[in-house]
Amino acid sequence: MKKLLILLFCLMPVFAVAGEARDMAADPVLEKRMIGLAEKLRCLVCQNESLASSHAELAEDLRREVREQMQKGLSDDEIVDYLVSRYGDFVLYEPPFKSYTLLLWLGPFALLLIGAGVLVFQLRKRRTVAGDESALTPEAAQRAAALLEEESKS
Amino acid sequence: MMRFLLPLVIFIVLAGFLFVGLGLNPREVPSPLIDKPAPAFTLPQLHQPQKAFSPADMQGKVWLLNVWASWCVSCREEHPVLMALAQQGVVPIYGLNYKDKKADGELWLQRGGDPYVLSAMDEEGRIGIDYGVYGVPETYVIDKQGVIRYKQIGPVTPQNLSEKILPLVAELQKK
Repeated sequence: MKKLLILLFCLMPVFAVAGEARDMAADPVLEKRMIGLAEKLRCLVCQNESLASSHAELAEDLRREVREQMQKGLSDDEIVDYLVSRYGDFVLYEPPFKSYTLLLWLGPFALLLIGAGVLVFQLRKRRTVAGDESALTPEAAQRAAALLEEESKS
Repeated sequence: MMRFLLPLVIFIVLAGFLFVGLGLNPREVPSPLIDKPAPAFTLPQLHQPQKAFSPADMQGKVWLLNVWASWCVSCREEHPVLMALAQQGVVPIYGLNYKDKKADGELWLQRGGDPYVLSAMDEEGRIGIDYGVYGVPETYVIDKQGVIRYKQIGPVTPQNLSEKILPLVAELQKK
């Protein structure tokens, strides 16, 4: 009995049909364009999924909205503007370059520059320390010469 | 000294950011509609589908637009709070019955009571998209000029009602 149950559960995926493209528009070109745009948009319900891949009901509705606006002849930018005006910049996977996203966009480069600066500074410091050691004062040079002479004598 | 101090300072700053991050709710996406006119719509009413409701009818009044659905779990939690608010009669509550069937919506109000002056039916969720709805329940505070002044994402609770919504309503009603 138990084995039979296990077998039944194993067979279940066979009957489960994936419903990815259930809500297809009649026009495949438009559908492709819609999916292309939806991939750049974020689903608000399941926040780390794109609008194209999400199965949330809201994502389906939003895909329908995008599709209908495309059918009306709106450009991609106009549709994105509409969604941003409703849901905010959050719907965009790529945050726009604005005053309050400056840190986000430029932060990594700033860190890189700071890192490079620190590296250069440290290397210079090390070189000058090393340089100081090699540059002998006249007295030290004299002493060294004297020691070497002594050595050669013995 | 500096050698230990610098990593320590960096660590403390980082830990500070992470600690603040723990308290943030990523589900709460700030609405760009705040201080913008409430999007216009005309929808049939839930109880009298032959009659329509439009936010334009509400000019000159401060009102709440509460997005609800019979399938929405958090709405159950919110419902008694709205019932109590409706009884106080401080501010009219209008419902937007979001992506729901008429019969289900009606049954839900029959069972739990109806805090709404009326509910508009948004069966396909199109008006919801216009209002940037992404997680029911949501509540909008709309002023006399028809401008959205506040959006509560998630259930209205006694706490956010007394701390945020009611003071704002009182202030808007004075204007």
